[in-house]
Amino acid sequence: MKAAVIVFPGSNCDRDVAVSLERTTGRPPLMHWHADADLPEDLDLIVIPGGFSYGDYLRSGAMAARSAAMAGVRTAAAKGRAVLGICNGFQVLCEAGLLPGALMRNRSLHYICRDVYLRVETTDSIFTGHYAPAQVARIPIAHHDGNYVADLATHCALEDEDRIAFRYCTPAGKVTDDANPNGSLDNIAGILSEERNVLGLMPHPERLADPRLGGTDGQPIFASLMEALS
Amino acid sequence: MTAVEITPAVIAEHGLNAEEYARVLEILGREPNITELGIFSVMWSEHCSYKSSKKWLKTLPTTAPWVIQGPGENAGIVDIGDGLTAVFKMESHNHPSFIEPYQGAATGVGGILRDVFTMGARPVANLNALRFGAPDHPKTRHLIAGVVSGIGGYGNCVGVPTVGGEVNFHPGYNGNILVNAMTVGIAPADRIFYSKASGIGNPVVYVGSKTGRDGIHGATMASAEFNADSEEKRPTVQVGDPFTEKLLIEACLELMDTDVIVAIQDMGAAGLTSSSFEMASKGGLGVELALDTVPMREEGMTPYELMLSESQERMLMVLEPGKEPVAEAIFRKWGLDFAVIGRLTDTGRMVLTWHGDTVADLPIDPLAEAAPEYDRPWEPSPAPAPVDPASVPTVPWTEALVTLMGSPDLASRRWIWEQYDHMVMGDTVQRPGGDAAVVRIHGPAGLTDRGLAMTTDCTPRYGSADPVLGGTQAVVEAWRNLTAVGARPLAITDNMNFGNPEKPRIMGQFVGACQGISAACLALDFPVVSGNVSLYNETEGQAIPPTPTIGGVGVLDDLDRMATVAFKAEGDAILLIGGPAGDAECLGRTLYLREIAGREDGAPPPVDLAEERRVGDTVRGLIQSGRVTTCHDVSDGGLLVAIAEMALAGGIGATLDGVTDTPAALFGEDQGRYIVAVPEADAAAVLSDLGSVARRIGSTGGNALTLGGVSVPLATLCDAHEGWLPRLMGDA
Repeated sequence: MKAAVIVFPGSNCDRDVAVSLERTTGRPPLMHWHADADLPEDLDLIVIPGGFSYGDYLRSGAMAARSAAMAGVRTAAAKGRAVLGICNGFQVLCEAGLLPGALMRNRSLHYICRDVYLRVETTDSIFTGHYAPAQVARIPIAHHDGNYVADLATHCALEDEDRIAFRYCTPAGKVTDDANPNGSLDNIAGILSEERNVLGLMPHPERLADPRLGGTDGQPIFASLMEALS
Repeated sequence: MTAVEITPAVIAEHGLNAEEYARVLEILGREPNITELGIFSVMWSEHCSYKSSKKWLKTLPTTAPWVIQGPGENAGIVDIGDGLTAVFKMESHNHPSFIEPYQGAATGVGGILRDVFTMGARPVANLNALRFGAPDHPKTRHLIAGVVSGIGGYGNCVGVPTVGGEVNFHPGYNGNILVNAMTVGIAPADRIFYSKASGIGNPVVYVGSKTGRDGIHGATMASAEFNADSEEKRPTVQVGDPFTEKLLIEACLELMDTDVIVAIQDMGAAGLTSSSFEMASKGGLGVELALDTVPMREEGMTPYELMLSESQERMLMVLEPGKEPVAEAIFRKWGLDFAVIGRLTDTGRMVLTWHGDTVADLPIDPLAEAAPEYDRPWEPSPAPAPVDPASVPTVPWTEALVTLMGSPDLASRRWIWEQYDHMVMGDTVQRPGGDAAVVRIHGPAGLTDRGLAMTTDCTPRYGSADPVLGGTQAVVEAWRNLTAVGARPLAITDNMNFGNPEKPRIMGQFVGACQGISAACLALDFPVVSGNVSLYNETEGQAIPPTPTIGGVGVLDDLDRMATVAFKAEGDAILLIGGPAGDAECLGRTLYLREIAGREDGAPPPVDLAEERRVGDTVRGLIQSGRVTTCHDVSDGGLLVAIAEMALAGGIGATLDGVTDTPAALFGEDQGRYIVAVPEADAAAVLSDLGSVARRIGSTGGNALTLGGVSVPLATLCDAHEGWLPRLMGDA
């Protein structure tokens, strides 16, 4: 699997996800600078990392979505290449129109950094094949704007087309309002594109993909990609 | 420009007294102009010159075989093995945070980060020690909300995890909160950068943000007491831009990988003045700056404003001659300003020009090195009378424990640290909430199995009664917290927060704290490598409690041999290591006395430094040999509070049968104690190896704490402990 991580000014989880990718694939990913529109043709996976691209000024992800590199990502996604957006990367993908909906300020109005529980809602994707159906995964969130919103038609389409990848849940796997950390619509934590080759999620799988850090529930995303794309 | 007349009123506004102004006249041989007066004013402010504290700071122990750089540079540096170093410092941003809590705290984080990456280190962790006034004081909630979101807003954006810290509440901080921020970074031992300028003719380069009018006279503000008009000082608080700081970190580290930097210094307090003076002074050189070439944010700025601005996210560098294009390309790539604003000279003078005209011409050495230094009169604090245990009311232990676990100084800080990204960089091995945070060492060569442990500590309750003991205890507690995770303590940074040093009683607190810190540093081989002094923390004549905050750093050579506070399994034996042979005895200045009896008197618990070291080395040995993975030191609140914290962290209760049910035994804060839990099968061997220093006090299990046939459910303790702060802040 040949992977690239897009580096925007203000990205700050680029190194973290590169570590997870290298652990999975055995080689470091390409770190691709935001000002460069030309992505290599032979990439299997493009990761938009977490952080505060362009300081999150204007709106989270808004300026990054209009960067040169994102034009290249859009082309690659149209060709069916896998694109993974984590946290700020999810916000960028929504702003870029590669995923529907938007991420609003958390309902508590606070930035929240803590482990949350996610129910795996579909294993029918290159990102989630290594999870068991309805498996509960403990993965951290760290965001101020993770409150997913979409209109009714979009929500129905996501549901009908099995494109909701993860929902916030209790440790026992129940999807409840108490288990929803940010007020997200229908507890949505991550969604797939229509073609199922783009995943955006607010939680950070790269932060719990190493036993040293207290858990490995994020690793199946990288393992799934490795198997599907190698 | 119209010349400003230097009247006695103008001199007084600049915080210079008559004696100091006479010295200005003597050094210059003439009257200064307003720009020059401004420069003297900030350079000789307490904040920049340490004029009241220098005499005593010189007495602190600062050396050890592993110390690479002690106090005097931007940050201290210790060797952590494998060709790497830990670079760290703590600094206060108290005055600005009280006036404008969000920006005050945010720029405090920004400033301390710059101190660390200026030296070539990648920042890997932030910590913060906060002191607020009484929880029910009308300003307290506003200040907590602002400070916490300011620290988070800055640290989260720059992508450095905020992994630890401490918070106290006391009416003594009603008029002066304390915001002490610490950064720890990792640098290769063979690639450290200093501020000493060299090379006559070398270019002086300005990088980072443009200069605006923010923060003018911030250093002077931080060197005076507050009064009713302090709110008007809001415009002197700087405004932070963490996005630019993140770019500056990456650009500086990228440039440091090339060989073009001769010297580098961040522009912190007193901005361009202090940074340029410091670089030239350390190098014994002169400097010429063309101020009209400084990147400016607004039109119509004057030389005076440019020299005194404290605009954030700026650096000054001296480059190898002809290497400007290498540096410029990197800074432009990161979207940052870059300007050659001057050059080094051999004159020993600072000459400032403005469109070709000389606007200031000052000798550097007399100003920077020969700044005033005072031997201020001081008097020791009177010795407090011990508390008679018979005078302390006894309430049922269950009631006392629930009260304490939900009291301001012991309640969970989760509401705060969940607003900080404490996991970014992917190396946080121990998250906030334990004795010390642990971050995996992840140097330029990649991941390792080693870690850095870090903590901040001070118990102002003790220092208020006995400043010497307060200083000693703060160092000891930092050492103990590092020990409790299994780390080898290396060195400390000290952040000395006190009132007005012109009052002998306050000066005596400062002197006492220095004496106490020195004694502990020597006894524990735990030197001071960096620090900061914040004086004049007074409002309307009321000084804060003496607060010498200590930031400690240690190293773990094997992350598989580490301890955490959480009980791990049911049926483990609970052992108490250290302290008196029988039950604890000291109730003076304890949280029990304050929260249960409503008293703040008595003598604080004494510290036996030799015993402290012996017990700590024993505990660390147990962890490093892999025999113990559950450990917690006994500190605020005493033994039962420590047990409750271990139980809540692990979700496993305990039954205690080896302690007496008296307030002193359960809640006394006798020093030098640790609790460990070991599998039942190992308990006898561990106890026999430890001898008289340890005894068994109970075992883990169930979902309650039980003592003398009475229980309190963990759920009750959890509600009190976790609920207090969210309820205070209106989020529950």
